[in-house]
Amino acid sequence: MQALANDISVYGPGFLTAAWTVLWLTVLTIVLSWVFGLAAALGQRSDLTSVRGAAAFYIWFIRGTPALIQIFIVYFGMPQLGVRMSPYMAGVLALGINSGAYVAEIVRSGLQAIPKGQTESSLALGFSRAETMRTIILPQVVRIILPAVTNEALSTLKNTSLLSTITVVELTLYAQTLISATFRPFDFYIAVALIYLALTTLLTQLAAFFERRFARLY
Amino acid sequence: MTTDLGGSLLKLRDIRKSFGKLEVLKGIDLDVAAGEVVSIIGASGSGKSTFLRTINAIEPADSGTMAFDDKTFDFDSTSGQHPSERDLQALRSRIGMVFQSYNLWPHKTVLENVTHAPVRILGKSRAEATEMAEGLLDRIGLYDKRHTSPQRLSGGQQQRVAIARALAMTPRLMLFDEVTSALDPELVHEVLMLMASLAADGMTMLLVTHEMSFARDVSSRVLFFEDGVIGEQGPPGKMLRDPQSPRLRQFLHSILHDDLSQAKAGGLV
Repeated sequence: MQALANDISVYGPGFLTAAWTVLWLTVLTIVLSWVFGLAAALGQRSDLTSVRGAAAFYIWFIRGTPALIQIFIVYFGMPQLGVRMSPYMAGVLALGINSGAYVAEIVRSGLQAIPKGQTESSLALGFSRAETMRTIILPQVVRIILPAVTNEALSTLKNTSLLSTITVVELTLYAQTLISATFRPFDFYIAVALIYLALTTLLTQLAAFFERRFARLY
Repeated sequence: MTTDLGGSLLKLRDIRKSFGKLEVLKGIDLDVAAGEVVSIIGASGSGKSTFLRTINAIEPADSGTMAFDDKTFDFDSTSGQHPSERDLQALRSRIGMVFQSYNLWPHKTVLENVTHAPVRILGKSRAEATEMAEGLLDRIGLYDKRHTSPQRLSGGQQQRVAIARALAMTPRLMLFDEVTSALDPELVHEVLMLMASLAADGMTMLLVTHEMSFARDVSSRVLFFEDGVIGEQGPPGKMLRDPQSPRLRQFLHSILHDDLSQAKAGGLV
């Protein structure tokens, strides 16, 4: 017990900082993934063949290749083309691009679930297509896809551990550093797992709160 | 473009519409005077619904011209004067349309369903739009339901709200596309009563319907659609009692026979 209290006071602040890093990396990645995801989902419904093609290619490529390789392409590959980024920026960009493809598929399924009549009744009153999408369709889509979006957010949070491979000091890399100095892999990996668990639980609770709020609107 | 409609509110000339290789409307001419109630009957697939949908340009016509109120729309692709999306939006905002499946918005309350368009399209203040919407909901007997979700209403109530939503835009013309077809038989009456009271108020109406008694009692004219053209038209009494073409006679026979067997089943005959 004494030992545990001692460990917490020694390593606790470092883990807290690392957990904070995971949290903001996750939030930025989620925001970015929604931008990419919404663009790709709407792009798939575009009248322009080129836009549809680009959206389909993006989703196909990202879903068909490992996230780790995508991270390596952005962080190690891009500098060869003259684009250099900090590991944090490269990490958020790569994970955002990755998650965006899954968000796009989620949004697409949500859009398909809304009956065509919802759009028609809005157009018939004189609304533009953009206004119809914004005020009639997307609010309904959000409610339908919330559970799937929560899952994707959880994946995103856990995927930030992949960024340990490109020197982002988040939980996983921080633990690895401690382990190489203390030779206590069991203790520290368990500790890291528990912190991830705490963060994902927080996220799930937040999502449940939003689901309740949306449910009340109906 | 301003045009003299010679007393007509709506004037259609040679309206055509195809879906792929299938020509659904094969040249429709129609003049509708203000205050007229025109019922459109015909077998399924004859183009009735598509016709209504070309009038408010949810499915714009491929060719032909249309004059509504003081505006003319030329859908001929050759003239290069295709109406812009903005023009079509303005047109739609002045024509009310009610659908078979109500299509109320489930994420908004009954009241919000009715105020949404007046606020965002006509630029009315929320207070003004609410006052008007409450008046309309009062008229259809659903004032008490104004803060509930439309999904909690019966089909007939939902359809009445859909009519109120269209009326809130103060349209000059109302289109009804088989609005009672999805309703349970006992709910049809309340919707037809509301439509009849609108007609009595002088609203110009075009309706696709299978309710022959409503077509006979309320409309000023009946159109019989047949393979994408108007096969026969005239005053309802004459049309329905004394059909000229064999097709109309056959159609009426099948419908009335249907009614009769329903009535028999219900012990009414």
